[in-house]
Amino acid sequence: MLGYYFRLALRSFLRNKVLTALMVLAIALGIGASMTTLTVFHVLSGDPIPSKSERLFRVQLDPETKDGYKPGEEPQRDLTRFDAEELLRQHKGKRQALMTGGGGAVEPDNSTLKPFVLSMRYTSSDFFPMFDTPFIAGRGWSKSDDDAHARVAVITRKLAEKLFGTHAAVGRDVRVEGNALRIVGVLDDWDPKPHFYDVNVGRYNADEQVFVPFNTAMDLKLGRNGNMNCFGREIVNDNTAINVPCAWLQYWVELDSAAQAGDFKAYLDNYSEQQRAAGRFERPANTRLRDVMDWLDYNHVVPGDVRLQMWLAFGFLLVCLVNTIGLMLAKFLRRSGEIGVRRALGASRAEIFKQCLVEAGTIGLAGGILGLGLAELGLLAVRQRPAGYAQLAHLDGSMLALTFALAILASLFAGLLPAWRAMRIVPAIQLKSQ
Amino acid sequence: MEIRPILSSLRRHRTAAALIVLEIALSCAIICNALFLVSQRVEALHRPSGIAEHELLQIHLGGVGKQTDADARSREDMAALRAIPGVSGVSIVNQMPFQRGSWNTSLANTPDQEVATLNAAQYMTTPGLMKTFGLKLVAGRDFNADEYKDSSVLEQATDTNGMTGSIIVSESAAKRLFPDGGAKAAIGKTVYMANIPLTIVGVVERLTRPNDGNGEWDASMIFPIRLNYDNGGFYVIRVKDPSQRSEVLKAAVAALDKIDPNRLTMVQQPYDDTRRDYFASDRDMIGLLIAVSVLLLAVTALGIVGLASFWVQQRTKQIGIRRALGATRGQILHYFQTENFLLATLGIAIGMVLAFGINQWLMGSYELPRLPWYYLPVGAAALWGLGQLSVLGPALRAAAVPPAVATRTA
Repeated sequence: MLGYYFRLALRSFLRNKVLTALMVLAIALGIGASMTTLTVFHVLSGDPIPSKSERLFRVQLDPETKDGYKPGEEPQRDLTRFDAEELLRQHKGKRQALMTGGGGAVEPDNSTLKPFVLSMRYTSSDFFPMFDTPFIAGRGWSKSDDDAHARVAVITRKLAEKLFGTHAAVGRDVRVEGNALRIVGVLDDWDPKPHFYDVNVGRYNADEQVFVPFNTAMDLKLGRNGNMNCFGREIVNDNTAINVPCAWLQYWVELDSAAQAGDFKAYLDNYSEQQRAAGRFERPANTRLRDVMDWLDYNHVVPGDVRLQMWLAFGFLLVCLVNTIGLMLAKFLRRSGEIGVRRALGASRAEIFKQCLVEAGTIGLAGGILGLGLAELGLLAVRQRPAGYAQLAHLDGSMLALTFALAILASLFAGLLPAWRAMRIVPAIQLKSQ
Repeated sequence: MEIRPILSSLRRHRTAAALIVLEIALSCAIICNALFLVSQRVEALHRPSGIAEHELLQIHLGGVGKQTDADARSREDMAALRAIPGVSGVSIVNQMPFQRGSWNTSLANTPDQEVATLNAAQYMTTPGLMKTFGLKLVAGRDFNADEYKDSSVLEQATDTNGMTGSIIVSESAAKRLFPDGGAKAAIGKTVYMANIPLTIVGVVERLTRPNDGNGEWDASMIFPIRLNYDNGGFYVIRVKDPSQRSEVLKAAVAALDKIDPNRLTMVQQPYDDTRRDYFASDRDMIGLLIAVSVLLLAVTALGIVGLASFWVQQRTKQIGIRRALGATRGQILHYFQTENFLLATLGIAIGMVLAFGINQWLMGSYELPRLPWYYLPVGAAALWGLGQLSVLGPALRAAAVPPAVATRTA
């Protein structure tokens, strides 16, 4: 019977071309707008490191003075250099790394290329195994390299090809701000989106191409990039020194399982109290340990505008659906005579209901196909925008499936009321009039 | 015009009437809020910066490796830039209004104050900023030549106790620091940046900070600190004639390259581009909101046309009888227009309540202000107009039904 109903639906479309076109267009517009904004939202709020996002934690301490202290307030996002280096030395937790953003000029050996400026990251040896960074040559540096302030670096494949024409760059030197650093590893294309481990340097397009051991970067006085929050009572001249009240380093730790988070937080609270006893911290322990998704949520990584656009699109879809309900009601009731004949010939109410729903579903299918086209156009428009996340806006498999599911479900829902009204038509009255 | 027949006939077509009311209500609620958002963004887009925007160029340089004598090199650069024909002023500053990233600092009225009075943007400049930016002094004076210090020298200082300095503040910062008295009262007063006392020597009418600053978007101060091209400063050039901007920019970059070809030009653009990029996403949002509002109106209009046509068709016989009994075409038309007007009124009433509900939610989640009352009459008028226009077509068709229809059998 469903096949028959499908054919009946197509015939009725051909009879009322304008009305059908209006309904399909309304649904397509609503679906197109919703899927465009939903895809952008989905892409921006995805998990950047699904294999271990619940085991990676960002550490926050509260080293500020008592001035302006309100219990329960959020502490600084970054750590001071003293705290970061001390926590790294104590080495609790499976792996951990401190890091900050940086930047500087790289001089190619090839004299025809002018020097150029790039973003960099200064970090410690655990960074690479902790974030499962993909290497195509070599590997990260070791802990002894960190301790020795070794002049080494890890670069990306993009930079290797630009400097040397090949990604076999291990063992060669890269000149950063006039200093030669020996390349120990080349990373494959890896730029997690969102850039979860440091949202200060760009959420979706940080493009860091050189990784240098933190101690080495401090020795060479390489430029830093990111937030710097000095909270002391006196003005500080060198804010990257070890003992100054400035928060600027990111600290991530990997634990064996999410269950160990409670223990690690207790360790951080203990550390805070020790620092308070030693006179460095002035506030009671106010630590935070957030996993990757919590951290992204806390930083409102998805821009407010993107959410707002998503809600706007859903509102628009709702109006389109109400529109469709009205038009479908008009369509079905116009065919009262035909429905009356079918009922008189023995169709039950349920069959009429099914027939109307099949028609609604077919409109949904047509609307979904057109809506998919409109969504692709919409995403094309998004990719032209100057936003950092613009290039990520693509329909993937799950979004594609969602488009059709949404279209068909929405139109079935819209068709419920008209189908119910159609099913209630009394055959006798219809058969009397012309 | 008798309302009761209209109401009783609507009562018999409850579902379709309810759908039209619902559609108008939803459209009204969404469009009112969308247009309000647009007006908020447009307002932000038109914020004044206080500087001579169309006459300014920015050049940011980067050195490769350690730069020796950056201060001396910068002085050389500025002399060369001033010599370019068409240039009326050159300064080295650390930031501009409407850019990403900013240098801010907190100020207090007393040295041991627990909570700062004000957090303001911290501009640093070489001599001549009043002229380069085109700022207007409303009280006090510009800095004297001896008040300027080199940043590279200040950075070397190991003990910051005992340091003092002069600053110029924007009028809104002055009002926040000294609420009774205003701009003139701030002259000569001292404020504290952590442990360093600063004396206010001048107040400018307006200097907007680089970003929003949580609502305090025009609280700024200017420090007489000379940066160089390597420690956070960049060149700002004011041209005499805005139409000569690209020529002057090209000449400036060439002159700087000639002095030291080992430097990289990281940014070279007119200030107008900087401002335009800062607001790019706002312009985007405005476009999207307007597009969706127009589409919403179109979809609502089509819905009304569709349902009204259906009704006319259902009631052909009744219309025929009325015409046969003596109703004129105009009266039939009027009947349908009134019916639509009633539905629209109900829809708008519900829509207003919904609009305020949505506005409450937006206020909570997105820090928007409350919807002003005058959006209601404007929204109402728009949807009334839309409804009347949409129903015109079907209503004219209804009016064209000949009385003879009444005589034909059912």
